[in-house]
Amino acid sequence: MTVNDRVSTDNQLARLLQIGIVLEEVVEVRAARHYETLSADERDADVEELLDEAREESADHRRRLEALIDQLDAEAVPLEEIQRLVEARYAQTGPEGFDGILYDQLHGEETAYKFYDDLIEAIEASDTDYALDREELLATLKAIREEEADGVEEVTKFMERRA
Amino acid sequence: MNTADQYLKAIYLVQRMENGPASTGALADRLDVSPASVNEMIGKLQDRGLADHEKYKGVSLTDEGIEQAREALQTYCIIERFLHNVLEVEEFPSEAKALESVIDETVAERLDTIIDREPQCPDCFDAEADMCAELVGEGEAD
Repeated sequence: MTVNDRVSTDNQLARLLQIGIVLEEVVEVRAARHYETLSADERDADVEELLDEAREESADHRRRLEALIDQLDAEAVPLEEIQRLVEARYAQTGPEGFDGILYDQLHGEETAYKFYDDLIEAIEASDTDYALDREELLATLKAIREEEADGVEEVTKFMERRA
Repeated sequence: MNTADQYLKAIYLVQRMENGPASTGALADRLDVSPASVNEMIGKLQDRGLADHEKYKGVSLTDEGIEQAREALQTYCIIERFLHNVLEVEEFPSEAKALESVIDETVAERLDTIIDREPQCPDCFDAEADMCAELVGEGEAD
């Protein structure tokens, strides 16, 4: 294996898409947990909407990534196990206070954005023929990346309004 | 992890194994690249104040280089453990090497939140086996 190897097999691509699923799971579970940890005076329709949207968007991204993995010639994916693990981990932990919640949400979306950006670059740098349609793969990942970028902007504006 | 970080990690581990400067040949073997590529990157790392190269002896990391190498090693360890513990990948060492260039430190930190990592990481990393010491015996080294 040489340094700077790019995504050169279906298995590698499947692993990376699975990592995307984990990042989405984390955002999804944390958004749900965050709202539960808010005190009564911190809850309002705007916060609820923001976290609801984040959760739904992550679930949608996860499904789109799963659909891509299904088309690959790769080993079985223990998705239920990942969901159980992420859920168990976050059932007991939460950020401290309201600022922590928004910051955590922002960090989750920024991390996902960075990941998709690097993944797209790695796929574009590789000339591998995957078992799925390359154009569809890149179009899906770019669409998800843009939604993450929008999410970052939305949370940032929300934080500024609340400041 | 970018290419420079991959080199820093390799130099750090070779230095640890050889208990002294890392030779160009040992680095070329470990990274599976040509000695010319190693020399080129060492020059860049030296320019950035991350490494010192002494002719006929080899390359040593500066304090800043060591710090960056340890962060890279920690990122790599997270990837190995994540592949093994969460995705249940049998050939996790070779897959971790294949994926490390695509996985950023911030992404690794996020993955780290769902794996149990030892507090002494990366000191416990097994340089000879080139894998997280907790996983030695469970994966095939390259």
